[in-house]
Amino acid sequence: MSIVKNKKRNILPGFGLSMGYTVFYLSAIVIVPLSMVFFNTVPMGWEPFMQAVTAPRVLAAYRLSFSTAFFASLFDAVAGLLTAWVIVRYRFPGKAILDALVDLPFALPTAVAGICFATLYSPAGWLGEISAKWNLQIINTPTGIVLALIFIGFPFVVRTLQPVLEELEVEIEESAHSLGATRWQTFRRIILPHLFPALLTGVTLAFARSIGEYGSVIFIAGNLPMKTEIAPLMIMSKLDQFDYAGASAVALVLLLISFSMLLALNAIQEWQQKAYR
Amino acid sequence: MGIELQNISKQFTGYTALDNINLSIATGDLIALLGPSGCGKTTLLRIIAGLESADSGKIILEGKDTTNLSPREKNVGFVFQHYALFRRLNVFENVAFGLKVLERSKRPSKSEINDRVEHLLKLVQMEWAIKRYPSQLSGGQRQRVALARALAVNPKVLLLDEPFSALDAKVRQELRRWLRKLHEEIHVTSIFVTHDQEEALELADRIVVINKGRIEQQGSPQEVYDHPANAFVYNFLGNVNVFHGRIKEGMVSLGEHLVDAPDELKNVDEKPSQTFVRPHEIGISKIRSSETDVIGTIREIRLLGGQIGLNLSCEGFEHPIEAEVPRELYLNLQLSKGDKVFVSFNRVKVFSGDYEI
Repeated sequence: MSIVKNKKRNILPGFGLSMGYTVFYLSAIVIVPLSMVFFNTVPMGWEPFMQAVTAPRVLAAYRLSFSTAFFASLFDAVAGLLTAWVIVRYRFPGKAILDALVDLPFALPTAVAGICFATLYSPAGWLGEISAKWNLQIINTPTGIVLALIFIGFPFVVRTLQPVLEELEVEIEESAHSLGATRWQTFRRIILPHLFPALLTGVTLAFARSIGEYGSVIFIAGNLPMKTEIAPLMIMSKLDQFDYAGASAVALVLLLISFSMLLALNAIQEWQQKAYR
Repeated sequence: MGIELQNISKQFTGYTALDNINLSIATGDLIALLGPSGCGKTTLLRIIAGLESADSGKIILEGKDTTNLSPREKNVGFVFQHYALFRRLNVFENVAFGLKVLERSKRPSKSEINDRVEHLLKLVQMEWAIKRYPSQLSGGQRQRVALARALAVNPKVLLLDEPFSALDAKVRQELRRWLRKLHEEIHVTSIFVTHDQEEALELADRIVVINKGRIEQQGSPQEVYDHPANAFVYNFLGNVNVFHGRIKEGMVSLGEHLVDAPDELKNVDEKPSQTFVRPHEIGISKIRSSETDVIGTIREIRLLGGQIGLNLSCEGFEHPIEAEVPRELYLNLQLSKGDKVFVSFNRVKVFSGDYEI
C-alpha cells in the first residue's frame, strides 16, 4: 500500500498490513454478503425492480420503518441522555443494577421483548387497559412500533454518551454558573455542544438498528398491510411467497437508504470534530 | 471592606473543613490563602464563590450579604486550577461567554462585547489567539484566557484556586509576576489559594495562613515571615531546622548546648521547647568567632542556584543540620566535603510546647 505515505513512526507497525486486513475483513464480513442482495436483484431487470419497490404497500412499509425509527431514536436521545447523566453524575443505592439494566435490551432475544410488549399493551394487559381508558390504542399501531424501537435503541445512546459525560469535569459547569449562566444556558451552550458528537453517534446507531429491527416489532405491530407493516416484514413475507428477487429488491433499497444516511451522519460528525480541534 | 467573612464553619462527613473563620479583606487587596493540602483553603474559596455552602456564618461582599446567593448571582470571577475552559468554544467565545449569557436588558451590544473581549485579551497578552481553541494553547496561555474570562463580567471579587500549580516552574514564576502587575493595573479585590509559600510571599499584599480549618495567622508577607505566630507558621513558610529541647530557668537547650530564652519565655516553668533556625540564618566560618560557635563537619554539598546547601553533622546535635551559604562565601572559604567548620546560629526562634507538625 503506497497510497498513504506515513513518514511518522507509529506504535502499531505496518499501515499497509493493517489496512489490508481491515479491507479484507470488511469485505468478507460486510461487503461480500451484502453484495448478494445486489446480485440477486440484477437478473430482475429495471422494470420489474421498479414495480417491486414502488408498489404502494412497499412504499408504505418504507415510510413506516423510517418514520418510526426516526421518532424512536429521537426519544432515545432524550431518555438516553438523562439516563447517562444520572448514571455518571449521581451516586445512589442500586446504581450497579440500573447500569446493568441498560444493557439488557442488547442481550435479550428480540422476540422475547416482542412477546413482553404484546402482553403488556394488549387490551387485557396492564398498560393496554390503562391506555384503552384514554382511548389510545397501542398494539397494532405505529405507536406500538415506536415503543418497541425505543426499547431496542436505548442502550446505544446511553453507552456512547457515558464516557464523554465522564470526561466532562464538574468544574466546567461551575465556571459557567459563576460567569452568570443559568442552568439552561449552561446545558444549551456548554454541555450539549460537548455531548453532541457522541449523542449523534448513539442516535445514529439506535436509528440504524431500529430500521433493521424485526423480532420485537412484528409481535406488537399487528402487521396490517398499508398501516403497520414494516420494511423488514415486507422482505420476510416476499420470501415466504418464494419471491426471492422481490425480497432482494426491497432489501436493496432499504440498504441504500440506510447506508447513505449513515454516511451523511458520519460526515456531520467529522465536520463537527474538525471545527474545534 | 471588600470581603467580610463572619464565623464561617463547614463540616464534611467525618471532619471539620472550616472552623469558625473570621476574615476581613480590604477592597483592592491581593490576598493569599496559604496552607497545606486539605487544610480547608479551597473549601473557603468555593464558599465565597457560592460553589459550596457554609454550614453557618455570613459572607459579605462589598457591603452586601451574599451568603445565600447562587454562584451566578454573586458576581465573582473564579479561576480554576485546571482552567475549566469551554473546549468547544474558541478563545473569543470563552471570554465573551459571561457577557452573552446576561439578560437581554443588561447584555452589551455585539460591538461592545467585541471591544471588551479584545481589551481583556490584550490585557492578558492573548489577543493573537482570539480564534484559537483551548486545545491549541499551552497551560499558561489557557490560564490567562481563563483569567480574562473571569474578568469579563466585571466581578466584585476575583478568586483563584491554585491558579499556577498545574504549570511548570518557569511558567509559574513568569505568570506570578505578570499577575502581580495585572493586579496593580486593575485593582480588583482578589484571593488566591496556594500551598506554595514562595508564591504567597512574592505575590500577596497580605497572607492568611490556614491549618486544619483554622486561621493560624494573617498579615503582610513581611510580618508573617519575620514574626510567625506559632511553630506551624514558621515551619510552613520555608525550610527550617527544628531542635526539640526544654526551656529551663531562662535558658533553652539546643542539642547539648544552652542559649538564652527569648524575653517572653524567660520566666516560664520548665517546658518542652522547639527551636527553629532557617538554613540561611546559619553562619559558617573557618575561624572561631564566638564562644557559642558549634563545631561541625560538612557531610554533603549541594548546588541550589545562587546558594550552596550544606549538610552538617555538628558536635552535640543528634540530627544533621541544613545550612545555606552564598556562593561567594563558599568559594572564598574553599569548602569541601569533610571539612571542619565553625557554625553559628544567627537567628533562632523558640516556641514553647510540643507543637505537632
